[in-house]
Amino acid sequence: MTVRATTTGTAGDNPAPAPSAANRRLPPIAEVAVGSVVLMLTGGVYLAAHLPGHPPLGPAEGLVIGGGALSLADLAMLSRIRPFSWPTFFLVARWALLAYGVIAGMLEYVFVFDHTRGATLVVLTVALAVFAIDVPTILAFTVARYQETTPPPTRVHNGWL
Amino acid sequence: MTASAQPATIGEAPHRVDFEIIPPRGLLVVGLVLAGLVAAVATNRLWALDFFHVVGGGMWTALDLFLGFVLGPIMGRLSIPARTEFTTRFMPTMILIMPTLVVATLAAGWQLARHLGYLNASYSHHGWVVASMIVVAVMAVVALGILEPANLAVLFELKKPQPNGEVIAKLMRRFIYSAGITGAMQVVTLVIMTRLATT
Repeated sequence: MTVRATTTGTAGDNPAPAPSAANRRLPPIAEVAVGSVVLMLTGGVYLAAHLPGHPPLGPAEGLVIGGGALSLADLAMLSRIRPFSWPTFFLVARWALLAYGVIAGMLEYVFVFDHTRGATLVVLTVALAVFAIDVPTILAFTVARYQETTPPPTRVHNGWL
Repeated sequence: MTASAQPATIGEAPHRVDFEIIPPRGLLVVGLVLAGLVAAVATNRLWALDFFHVVGGGMWTALDLFLGFVLGPIMGRLSIPARTEFTTRFMPTMILIMPTLVVATLAAGWQLARHLGYLNASYSHHGWVVASMIVVAVMAVVALGILEPANLAVLFELKKPQPNGEVIAKLMRRFIYSAGITGAMQVVTLVIMTRLATT
């Protein structure tokens, strides 16, 4: 399935006008990613509120799994948008991944330094990893949606154009 | 991060100014701050942790309140070229400053709270500590989900040969709503932190 960007103009027999960056209607990529961030942060606060003890992990695991599922659905939805400014998206995404990877790494370092171990550390690590993917997704999508679109890659012979 | 380059009239094209979205020299300063933070956590020295938490948190809170309630309204009254020029010089530095302050404040604050025993559920004001975590989480959602993406998108728009005033205005409207939330959360943070420091 391909999610097509549309304009708010009228639909009819005539070809659709070129999408205006300000008026394009796209899937709620940023909103879904923010929802995932909310679940991750909720799980993080739940665990942090109980550390250094050993809280029941069920609620945190549920929140992290829910957030992870949202992120995966979000990425799937994102990959189907045509047309889209992919060069801009990846330009922002890779730098944001680096920045938020460093931030998530710093927080992970603090948890490990504080002797957080076992299942609690696994849940926190997964939450940080999803967080470090969600934020670049939000940043890159918000920037790229207002850029000039590029046509999707066309497959020919054995490679991609 | 609530500064704006909102056009006076929606659709009006702002002037284009050449600038760097991420100032490379700033990355060196960020690297030094993060290295100092790692050293503070690794050595677990109370003074160093307190320094990063108090200085980082104070700057973070002050910047948010100043930008939201002082600088923002002033910028709103500037001419379009002045606003555009200010934004293109100011916002790239903010893209580096704010995340650095946030991570320094939170990482040092966490370690400090652990050092002082504030994280223990038996601590008499543990509820205030948890409340501060919730406030930070709300601010993180607003900053990461609304403010920072809009800032970055505005800078990319201003880099275009012909920036679209409509897009900039649309993005900047987000600030009006989110600045109030962030400002209120920062006031709550001040209340919680002063309570914790004096009880």
